[in-house]
Amino acid sequence: MLRLPTLFRLFAFAVLVAFLIQPQWFEPLLRPLVQENAPAIYNQGSLLQLTLLHLRTVAIATACATVVALALAILVTRRSGAEFLPLSRSLVNIGQTFPPVAVLALAVPIFGFGEKPTLIALFLYGLLPIFENALTGLTTLPPSIMEAARGTGMTGRQRLMKIELPLAMPVILAGIRLSVVISLATATIGSTVAARTLGEVIIAGLQSNNLAFVVQGGLIVAVLAVLIHDALQAAERSLGSRMGR
Amino acid sequence: MQFRVDKLGVIIAALAAYGALLAPFATFRANRIVAGEARSIGEALPSAWTVVVLLLVTATVVVAVLKTPSRLRLGTAFAAIAALALGIGAAAGHLTPPENAYARVSPASGFWILLFALGLLAADALTRLRPSPLVRVLFLSAVLGFIAAVLTSGTWDGLSLLKEYASRADTFWAEAGKHVTLALGSLAAATIVGIPLGILCHRVARLRDGLLGVLNAIQTIPSIALFGILIAPLGWIAVHVPGAAAIGIRGIGTAPAFVALFLYSLLPVVANTVVGLAGVPREANDAARGIGMTDFQRLVGIEFPLAFPVILTGIRIVLVQNIGLATIAALIGGGGFGVFVFQGVGQTAMDLVLLGAVPTVLLAFTAAIVLDALIETATPNRNRVQSA
Amino acid sequence: MIEIEGITKRYGETTVVRDVSLTIAPRTVTVIVGTSGSGKTTLLRMINRLVEPTSGTIKLDGEDNRSLPDYELRRRIGYAIQGHGLFPHRTVAQNIATVPTLLGWDGARIEAKVTELLTLFQLDPVAFGPRYPHELSGGQQQRVGVARALAAEPKVLLMDEPFGALDPIIRAKAQDDLLAIQKHFETTIVLVTHDMEEAFHLADRIAVMDKGEVVQYATPAEMLVKPATAFVESLIGAGERPFRLLAIETVADAVEPGAAEGEAIASAATQREALSTLLWTGRKALPVIGPDGALIGKVSLDGLVQRAAGPT
Repeated sequence: MLRLPTLFRLFAFAVLVAFLIQPQWFEPLLRPLVQENAPAIYNQGSLLQLTLLHLRTVAIATACATVVALALAILVTRRSGAEFLPLSRSLVNIGQTFPPVAVLALAVPIFGFGEKPTLIALFLYGLLPIFENALTGLTTLPPSIMEAARGTGMTGRQRLMKIELPLAMPVILAGIRLSVVISLATATIGSTVAARTLGEVIIAGLQSNNLAFVVQGGLIVAVLAVLIHDALQAAERSLGSRMGR
Repeated sequence: MQFRVDKLGVIIAALAAYGALLAPFATFRANRIVAGEARSIGEALPSAWTVVVLLLVTATVVVAVLKTPSRLRLGTAFAAIAALALGIGAAAGHLTPPENAYARVSPASGFWILLFALGLLAADALTRLRPSPLVRVLFLSAVLGFIAAVLTSGTWDGLSLLKEYASRADTFWAEAGKHVTLALGSLAAATIVGIPLGILCHRVARLRDGLLGVLNAIQTIPSIALFGILIAPLGWIAVHVPGAAAIGIRGIGTAPAFVALFLYSLLPVVANTVVGLAGVPREANDAARGIGMTDFQRLVGIEFPLAFPVILTGIRIVLVQNIGLATIAALIGGGGFGVFVFQGVGQTAMDLVLLGAVPTVLLAFTAAIVLDALIETATPNRNRVQSA
Repeated sequence: MIEIEGITKRYGETTVVRDVSLTIAPRTVTVIVGTSGSGKTTLLRMINRLVEPTSGTIKLDGEDNRSLPDYELRRRIGYAIQGHGLFPHRTVAQNIATVPTLLGWDGARIEAKVTELLTLFQLDPVAFGPRYPHELSGGQQQRVGVARALAAEPKVLLMDEPFGALDPIIRAKAQDDLLAIQKHFETTIVLVTHDMEEAFHLADRIAVMDKGEVVQYATPAEMLVKPATAFVESLIGAGERPFRLLAIETVADAVEPGAAEGEAIASAATQREALSTLLWTGRKALPVIGPDGALIGKVSLDGLVQRAAGPT
C-alpha cells in the first residue's frame, strides 16, 4: 500500500519530469515573477540537458569517491594499515571543517575552469563522509560475529567480503547519501566556474535580475536533492531492516 | 638494536623530498595578470634560508621515518613549519626586484606540498598525544598568535596574497564583519528558536516526526537553491509589508542569506535537543519526579543539564556549517568572504580566492576546535574513565 | 583424540595459560571450568588457533594443529559461542551452510545437510530456513548456532559458554539436546563454562582451571570424592557435594533386591531424584521399574545415604 509521503514524492517526481520535458506548460505560473518582456522559462539551454549533466557530474564524482574512500577505509582497518587509523580519523575531522566552496574555488587555479575543477572538488569533498562512515561501519562490528566468522574458518578476504562489508553496508550507504547531497549542492555552485550544471539557471537569473529563472532553478535542484536523498534513505532502511536494526 | 621504520614517515619523506627538491617553491610574476614563472627552493630563497629550511625539513623527515616519541615529532614538525612560513616571506623579498611595486611572488606547489607533509606529521603526533581540551585551545592560540605575529611583523608583506589584502584592507574587514554576523547571528536565532522547539518535540511525539522531517528536507536543499527560492517571498514581503524594507528585508542581499542559514541551522539544534533529552536516563527523571520536582524544575534542573553536551554538539555542527555556507551568500549580494572568492574565480586571480578562502577555513577550524573543547569539558567523565 | 602438550600463552608480562597438558578422549564431552580470568577460554581458543600459543603443541588425532593453514583447521572444527554469533545479514539456512559453502560442497548436499540439522534441532526447515536470525527467539538462535558449528560434520566441537545467554528452563533443555546430538554424531566436545551445575550435568571429564593452570582433570565422581585442592572443593561447593554425587549416577546403580510400597521410579532417573522423592513422600524405599516397565527391585533411603557419604 502506498502511504501519503510516498504518494507525495511520486507526485513531486512526476511534476519535476513534466517540467523538465515541457517547461512551457508551467509558464503561466512563473509569469508573474518577471517583467513584461523578460522570458519566464530558462531560454539559454535545455533544462533537461542541464539536469542530466548535473546528475552525471555528481554520479561520476560520487562513484570515484566511493571506490577510493572504501579502499582507504579497508586499508586502514586491516592490521597492516592500523598505524594510519588515528591520523585518518583526525584528517577526516579536519577536512570536514573546510567549506566545500573553498575546495571548489581552490581547485580552479590548479585545474582551470569548467567541468574538471568541479569534478575534482566534488570528488575530494565527497571522500570525507564516505570514508568516515566506512571507518565507523568497519570498526564497530559486533565482536561476537567477527569471532564466529574467524571460528568458521573464513580467510581474511572472505571475512571482509562476506561479513564485514555486508554488515557495514547500511552505514556506508548513509555516508554515500551524505556525500551525494553535498555534491548536488557543490555542483550547483560549480556553474560559477563554468561547469554545466543547474546552477547556471540560478546564476543567470541573479545576473539578469530574472526571478523566474532563480526560482525554477532553485526548485529543480531542491526537488532533485530531496528525492535522491529520500530514495537513498529508503534503500538503506530496507537493507538495515533485514538485519533487524 | 632493531631499526624500525614508520610507515607514515616513509610517505612524509617521499612527499617532502618531492616538495623540496622537484617541485617549484615559489612563483614569480612580473605583474598581477601575467603567467607565473616557477622558482626552485634554491632560486627562491637567500642561501642562508635555503640551508635553514632544508636542514629543518631533513631533520623532520629523519624523525618521521624512525619510530620516535610523539613530542619530538610534533616539535620538529612545528619548527620546520615555522621555518617554512618565515622562509616564504624571505623569498618574496629575495625575488622581487627593488622598487618594483608590480611584481608578485606567491607560494608554489612545492611549498604547499611541504606544508601538507609537515602538517600530516604534526596532526598524527597531536592525535597520538591526546591533549586535553585546555591544551588543545592553548595550542590553537599559540598557532594563531604566531600567524598574527608574522602578519604584523611585515614578514609576509611582499607576498602576493598580502598585496591583494593591502589594496582591499577596508572591504576585507567589512566583509569579515558581515561573514561573522551572518554565521553567528543565524546561529543565535536558531538556538533561541530551536531549543524550545526541540523541547516541544521531545514532549509531543506527533510534532516530532513531522517537524524533523520538514527540517531534514530543508537541510537537503542545496544552499544556492534555497537562497534563490527565498528571494521571491522576501521580495514580496519587502514590497507589500509596510516597514519591512525599512528594517532591511529585501529580496536579495543579507536577508535571504540570513533566513536560509537560520533554516539550515534549525535541524541540528532541534534534532540534537530531542536526542539529548531522549538520552536522559529514565532513572534520573523518575528520581526527580519521586522527590517532588515540578515539570519545569525537572527540565531546568535535570533534563537540560544532562542534555547540554548533545545540544552543544548540534551548535558546533551549525557553526562550522554556517561559516562555510556564509561564503555562498556573496552570490546573492549578502557579502562575506565569499565576495573575494567569487571575484577571484571571476578574474582567475588565485590570490583573491585565497584571500576569501583562507580566513574562512581558519575561522571554521578555530570554531571547530574551540567548540570540541567545550563539548569535551561539558561532557561528564564517563568516557574518559574508560580510556584511562 | 586431542592431545594438549605443555601449552603456555603469555601476553607481554602476564601468563594467561601456564604449561597445560591434557588428553581428551574421542567421542567424549570434556568440560573446562574455572572462574573468569582463569584462562579457560584462551585454552579452548588455542585448539582451533583463534589464539596462537606461546609454546607447546596441540595435536588432533596425532597431527599438529599447525600443520595446515589456520582457516582450513577451523573449517574442520566446530565452534559455538555465547550469544551464538549468527551472521545477521544471512538467513538461518545460509548461516548453517557457512562452512559447507566454504568447503565447496555442492548445492544439493548443502541443502540436505541444512534440512537434516534443522529437523534434528526441532526447527521446521521450511518455516525457519528462510528467516533472519533476529526473527528467532534466544533459544532458537542458540540451536542454530550449534547447528552451524556441526554443519560440516566436524569430529571436534568447541563450545564457549554456549548456554550462557539462555534462561534456566531453556538452558536445561538445550543441555539435554546437546547430549543427544553428541551421541548421534559421536562428536568430541570440549565445552567451557563457569557453571559447575552444567559441568556435572554434561561432562565425561572435567578440567578445573585456576590462574592459568589445570588444577584437576578427572571424572565428575572422582572430583567429588577427591577434590585435588581447596579451590576445587570451594568450586564444587562443600554443601552440594552429596547431592552432586547422587546426581551423576542413575537409580539403576543403586537398586537393591526387595519390594517397596507406593509409586515406582524409573531406573534411568538420577539417584538425586530418587532421594528427593523419598524425602518428599516420607517413605523409606521406592519400587524401581526398568526401561521395559517391569519391577526390578527397590531403592532405599539408607542405601542412598550410604552412597552419598564421602570417603572416610
